[in-house]
Amino acid sequence: MKYYDKLIFELSRPGRSAYSLPKGCGKEIELPAALRRQAPLDLPEVSEVDVVRHYTNLSQMNFGVDTGFYPLGSCTMKYNPKINEEIAAHPLFTGLHPLQPAETVEGAQEVIDTLDKALAAITGFEHFTFLPCAGAHGELTGLMLMREYHMARGDSARTKVIVPDSAHGTNPASAAVCGLEIVVVKSRPDGLVDVEDLKPLLGPDIAGIMMTNPNTLGLFEREIRQIAALVHECGGLLYYDGANMNPLLGKVRPGDMGFDILHLNLHKTFSTPHGGGGPGSGPVGVAKSVLPYLRIPVTSGFHGNFGVMMRGLAYILTLGKENIKMAGPLAVLGANYIKESLKDVYKLPIPTVCKHEFVYDGLVNDGAREGVPGATTLDIAKRLLDYGFHAPTIYFPLLFHQALMVEPTETESKETLDAFIEVMRRIAEEAAADPEMLHSAPHNTPIRRPDETTAARNPIVKA
Amino acid sequence: MGTFAYFPHTEEDIRAMLDRIGVASLDDLYSDVPDDFQYKGEYDLPSAMSEQEVRDFFEQLGRKNVQLKVLVGQGAYDHYVPAVIPYITSRSEFLTSYTPYQSEISQGTLRYIFEWQSMICRLTGMDVSNASMYDGPTAAAEALRMMLASSRKRNKVVVSAGLLPCVQKVIATYMKYTDAQLVVTKDVLAELGDDVAGVLVPEIGKLGRINDLTGYAEKIHEAGALMAVYCDPSTLAVLKSPAEWGADIAVGDGQSLGIPLNYGGPYVGFLACRTELMRKLPGRIVGQTTDADGKRCFVLTLQAREQHIRREKATSNICSNESLMALWCTVYLSLMGPEGMRKVNELSSAGAHYLHDALIATGKFKDIHEDKLFLNEFTLKPLCDVEKLQKAFLAGGFFAGLQLENGELAFCVTEKHNKEELDSLVKIVEGL
Repeated sequence: MKYYDKLIFELSRPGRSAYSLPKGCGKEIELPAALRRQAPLDLPEVSEVDVVRHYTNLSQMNFGVDTGFYPLGSCTMKYNPKINEEIAAHPLFTGLHPLQPAETVEGAQEVIDTLDKALAAITGFEHFTFLPCAGAHGELTGLMLMREYHMARGDSARTKVIVPDSAHGTNPASAAVCGLEIVVVKSRPDGLVDVEDLKPLLGPDIAGIMMTNPNTLGLFEREIRQIAALVHECGGLLYYDGANMNPLLGKVRPGDMGFDILHLNLHKTFSTPHGGGGPGSGPVGVAKSVLPYLRIPVTSGFHGNFGVMMRGLAYILTLGKENIKMAGPLAVLGANYIKESLKDVYKLPIPTVCKHEFVYDGLVNDGAREGVPGATTLDIAKRLLDYGFHAPTIYFPLLFHQALMVEPTETESKETLDAFIEVMRRIAEEAAADPEMLHSAPHNTPIRRPDETTAARNPIVKA
Repeated sequence: MGTFAYFPHTEEDIRAMLDRIGVASLDDLYSDVPDDFQYKGEYDLPSAMSEQEVRDFFEQLGRKNVQLKVLVGQGAYDHYVPAVIPYITSRSEFLTSYTPYQSEISQGTLRYIFEWQSMICRLTGMDVSNASMYDGPTAAAEALRMMLASSRKRNKVVVSAGLLPCVQKVIATYMKYTDAQLVVTKDVLAELGDDVAGVLVPEIGKLGRINDLTGYAEKIHEAGALMAVYCDPSTLAVLKSPAEWGADIAVGDGQSLGIPLNYGGPYVGFLACRTELMRKLPGRIVGQTTDADGKRCFVLTLQAREQHIRREKATSNICSNESLMALWCTVYLSLMGPEGMRKVNELSSAGAHYLHDALIATGKFKDIHEDKLFLNEFTLKPLCDVEKLQKAFLAGGFFAGLQLENGELAFCVTEKHNKEELDSLVKIVEGL
């Protein structure tokens, strides 16, 4: 990757332009001065070549799944198939206005219905709403459904939602946005939700519990049946955070575990590209008990991110019932393979079989010595960039101070995993020999470590 | 195994990997899952399709859609999409990357988000923009939450009944589950009081009318509340910016900046504000800094507001944005420049006014825009059989004259529609 230091504004020269418009009957707009813009519009004046080169140069400072291995835990960075992109750009769909009469969008509606049916089959839920545009957006929509369920019963005292201490940060945040109070349930030393800690929390004020299974440590919550029974017994509902659905493909249906509401991330489990942070799609599915309320929360403007749904359906059709059932097991195979291959040099706090991801807690020998602090998880992450890999998720979950959360996915070959393992070993050796070299990593990237403190203290947020 | 394109594992690989793990089979990797949860059935899904079959499947469904010339807006505008945009946004370095956590290998994403923030600030006149939101309606809901969070005691937000229906529905949903009070009214100023945290008004109402917001900011601020303006960013090339109206927050949807209609999504919301509100702004924000060698670079900043740090105390639960769609708009604005943006408005507005006058001249509509205060979108009161009219539009290949709740018919013209198309639409009306 090559450093390129321009902003589009810096290429601007008065008199250049890159637009192409019809001559038409455009004339100056007659508007009262009170409504007219006063300040000049300071947008770049550049040629089309300038624009194309500029953004091409920017793209070359970016690392994507197509660049290399991206073992970012909880993000399921699997390969994004190219046919899906072609389908999403299909001109018979991209020109449809969201408010067109139903008889003119039957094909689009069939896409949504077919995807609904497929996701229902995969998860064991009844139906989905596709309005949520992301996982956190799905959580919010799902919690609204939880509240509708209780409100319909006149059960207005249920204002609290239980969230495990290992939960994704969005869980408590979504609950707060939905007007719910958060109660934290602890994990046991083996990483699973502590059922004994849960019991006294349950009561008439509990709206439900949010869980991801497998949890953020990549562990299957074995006691989910008992948890479901306890929560249902107290009148609450179970919410399934589908961020970790990938390992269950072909093996377990969340609907069979007693969950009432779930969201899926089409941009994780169903291979749609993350686009540098979006657009995603977080459809929310419900069990029969919650079905009557499914259409009540309107959480986005039209029909949700239809273009992302097109990709998700193309993926499911490509895999078909034969291949989709291999996706989960192969993802789990890769995670356990890495986990077992490095546990002599990286601390493995929870040694049991993992699902799609697992967590190391820093190095066995971090190289710390008199006057020289040892190599940290941040150092390991940065050094990985030098070797051409994306870093795992770091410092999450919060249960371990040096957490390194690794998720390889089913689309990576044994050779890729072996290369990653080898580099991780080399980094462990480097740490033991010369931790200072790791403190200053990365060394081979377009920029080196940024000064984040100054960025936050004196924010420069626009040009 | 080894026969499916996305799974690279050979039988040999699987065997070697299982051996390293110390288990006998893939099933053993699920030994921690109670047996009765293990799904033994086969998903009710079709068999795997070849690439050709997938293509055919969607082609067939696509043919069930009716391709129409779109002359309706209401939150989704059929502006022209320059060829450069999809070319750039489909570059896989942009497309297949995650949120730019590792800034050293994400400078591409971080730089274009910084450019997006800068362009949104330049359009709206605001000091700071976030990295984007899901869509305009959700951004509007977040603006209300922001205004509520900025005031300790005030628990009411007042929004204009003139906002687009798609915005109103989402706002109502978001507010329903909080203890804040939402007031929807035609006269927002009449509702001001010491319990009002903020006011949200559209610059262009759902009927296409440009609102004169002169004096609003003074009155709202005098009452101790904040002012947010919902706007169409494309029209800000010619209309007063939210900052020029004196607003504290600008919010809207970037779809009109070169994003295809896409049956409603993905689009992209924007949310920008004055410096004083910066720490209440939800979502990602990119900031400029320097690296260890003093080189200019960009990072996600002000993260102390966010859910992964603050959990339930965060400004919002949003943890992503619509990054690629923000790139879509950023490339669009770079291509259009100030002159192109002005011309898009002139062409759209000229077309809309031409169509408006021609439709009035048919005698089948009542003019409700006598002062002509609209740009590309307007409504007419029908004096004819609406159902028959809409059927005739569809038969003529047009989606036009969407009927709103108040019975009026909505039209929208962009630079994509030439005079011949508009004339043929008018002919349909004349032929009724």
